[in-house]
Amino acid sequence: MVEIIDYVMISTILFGIGIYGLVAKRSAIRMIFAIEIVANAANLNLVAFSRGLSNVQGQTFALFSIAIAAAEVAVGLGIIIIAYRLYKEIDVEEFKSLKG
Amino acid sequence: MVMDDPVFLAVSALTVGSAIVALETRELIYGGIALAISMLGIAGFFLLLDSPFVAMFQILVYVGAVAVLIIFTVMLVRTQALFSTKEDKGRKASGVVLVLIFMIGLGALLLVSGLSNPQLMNLQMPPVDFKAIGEEMLTYYSPVLIALGLVLGGSIIGALALARREDIETKDG
Repeated sequence: MVEIIDYVMISTILFGIGIYGLVAKRSAIRMIFAIEIVANAANLNLVAFSRGLSNVQGQTFALFSIAIAAAEVAVGLGIIIIAYRLYKEIDVEEFKSLKG
Repeated sequence: MVMDDPVFLAVSALTVGSAIVALETRELIYGGIALAISMLGIAGFFLLLDSPFVAMFQILVYVGAVAVLIIFTVMLVRTQALFSTKEDKGRKASGVVLVLIFMIGLGALLLVSGLSNPQLMNLQMPPVDFKAIGEEMLTYYSPVLIALGLVLGGSIIGALALARREDIETKDG
């Protein structure tokens, strides 16, 4: 029998994969992928708890979160395009002008 | 905790596997496609959790919009730049070790917590009706919905303003 804890475990695994991507990858587009995976792990948690508690707010928040993530991807990819135009590179280590 | 549902296992393998492929494949465009498949897997989880409305929203927004946006961006960036990214072996290994420690710790914490107690939370609860979601969105959360619309509009204007090329425009006069 599949229980809520199984969904939470899958969500933990996805979150771990996303954090790994953020730590180890240097390509800006791959970091966007990793952020998306983390956001989806969070959404999965919200919907799983909403199902387990029979609660409407969880699903409502998941919907809001999906919409915010879409906005964030649009702006993030715009910034990557600008950075690519400036540096001819999408490696985040090469974006040096903001380095302290 | 015994997972014996083949559908759940298949969707889990699809989601986690394609998430790893999205981060590890050499070609970024295949990574984008793998990310879209992973998002479809998440939508499958939402369907398994009796939330068809959220699942449809997920497919529309992530697979329909975000994946296409990412694939277009990958196509706009010169192919050489995608391959010149140097892989740092030490960084990769430390990332894997860090994440394994993190995942084992968090997983163990969740397993010993009250979450695995089926009396507290279980799938036998009545599923949420999507009419209730609409009602909630248009009554108590209506200011949030308006703010969300403004944020989406602002982000689209911001993305357009960012992507504008000044040099071409000045040439035209």
